[in-house]
Amino acid sequence: MGMTIAEKILATHSGVKEVSPGEIVNASIDLAFVHEMLGMPGGTAELYQKAGLKKVWDPSKIVALLDHWTPPSTVDAAETHKTCRKFVKEHGIENWYDMKEGICHQILPEKGHVKPGDLIVGSDSHTITSGAFGAFATGIGSTDMTIVFATGKLWFKVPETIKIIVNGKIPPLVMGKDLILHVLQKLGADGANYKSIEFYGEAIRQTSVESRMTITNMSAEAGAKTAIVPPDEKTLKYLKERTDKPLKPILASEDAQYSKEITFNINNLEPQVALPPSPCNATSVTEVEGEPIDVAFIGSCTNGRLEDITMASKILKGKQVSDSVRLIVIPASREVMINSMKLGYLETILEAGGIIEGSTCGPCMGGHMGVLASGETAISTANRNFIGRMGHHTARIFLASPATVAASAITGKITDPRNMLVD
Amino acid sequence: MILSGITLKLGDNIDTDVIIPGRYLILRDLNEAGKHVFEGVIPNFTDKIKSTGIIVGGKNFGCGSSREAAPMMLKYLGTKAIIAKSFARIFFRNSINLGLPLLECKNISSKIADKDKLELDLSNGRIKNITKNEEYSATKLPDFLLQMLEAGGAIEMLKRQL
Repeated sequence: MGMTIAEKILATHSGVKEVSPGEIVNASIDLAFVHEMLGMPGGTAELYQKAGLKKVWDPSKIVALLDHWTPPSTVDAAETHKTCRKFVKEHGIENWYDMKEGICHQILPEKGHVKPGDLIVGSDSHTITSGAFGAFATGIGSTDMTIVFATGKLWFKVPETIKIIVNGKIPPLVMGKDLILHVLQKLGADGANYKSIEFYGEAIRQTSVESRMTITNMSAEAGAKTAIVPPDEKTLKYLKERTDKPLKPILASEDAQYSKEITFNINNLEPQVALPPSPCNATSVTEVEGEPIDVAFIGSCTNGRLEDITMASKILKGKQVSDSVRLIVIPASREVMINSMKLGYLETILEAGGIIEGSTCGPCMGGHMGVLASGETAISTANRNFIGRMGHHTARIFLASPATVAASAITGKITDPRNMLVD
Repeated sequence: MILSGITLKLGDNIDTDVIIPGRYLILRDLNEAGKHVFEGVIPNFTDKIKSTGIIVGGKNFGCGSSREAAPMMLKYLGTKAIIAKSFARIFFRNSINLGLPLLECKNISSKIADKDKLELDLSNGRIKNITKNEEYSATKLPDFLLQMLEAGGAIEMLKRQL
């Protein structure tokens, strides 16, 4: 019987010919990565000590970095970082980036750690982002990570796979973010719980690798265990520039079984805005235009890439951010920061009145660098708008594309980017 | 495994950011972090959970971030078990890994009221509602997860294996 990409990856990693949904397998992990979770209370470093574990299974297969509270905003954060550094040193973790590179989900592919067909686990629900490169990548907690660090293996229930086909051409000023917000609106917050998603269709093939990362990243908001874009020439081009390791894409069998097939056509898709408090509450920007905002945030593992900064800079060029708005822009990595600088985008954003911060998760999860006060409203390119996500529990968060957030920063209210002149 | 307690009823899609907001994850003092569990959503949660013990949720309980601090803090504050129509996958794994029992039960929200007294038989997936004198069946956990719960969590299991 044919298998989906997720099924094939789990089968090859558990040493069996075939797996089917619902089956429990014990699979070997290709790559495990951790951020601050390693050193937080209840984190893997603490659990390692508790269990009396001395060694990690393979220091070359672990990536560790700091991105959530970088640079540390409090003494507690600094202590957590210190604990992480100690663990990394003691266990000889070979891929350690400290706080200098940026957000984990960006760094993994950027530094050549992701390959199609890999089985990747990370201490973060948005680990799923790496599925944009044809890997089975999934988020786990610190106890599961402890088991992986110690044994290199983890049990998985083989997920059913949903096939999502996105046809049509992406209209101007509509981005990968709008596409996934639209898909999430249809799926709902548990529409893909325990499931794998595979993305197909003309619109997916057209999108850049960066947009695909936005799409797989936010598939987590429908509960997906993993979300995979079948690798193509774009995937391979991106990865070949970053790794010398052999790349062997895994594709689904023609007779693979899908639990569901959903088709979208996005020829007429408008820019989307997800209303608080769910990423699955998307509506067309025209429905919420005019809603006043206090903060506009462009960044995060969802939309902090060069394509996103490029779009923001195009919209902001020669304009001024509204006096009533704080625009915070955070490139997702040092590489994105350097390229944005070389291309003059950072200057454009600064001239428009935006604030640029070093690569970090920052305000996305309400950690620091732009948290919200009571009653404030933000429009953000990040992935979650849950109650209290970016600060006070009465603050409201609208999620949108970098184009919509940049346009809204200029006017001080939610604005359709198609109404902004772009040179 | 038999557990008993009083129910504390919550709704659908309870996300881990609501359980413990991101900005408190970095606190190294769990008593301090505990004060912020369900901040702004359930007043006096720390007192409420002590006098109840069994959380009853709707669908997709624990969605969102993979933060293990969500079930860890719920357990730390006195949660004995969570029953819901469905659980988000990472929260499910994290909870069982920590030795916090979960039970999935369809239509649970319509059967159980707030402050009902329950007795849970985890090994057989049975829920006895003492207040209403009713009994419901929940999805029985697979044997290897029941063993994990009985051992007190995944780390205890790992210690035995190594």
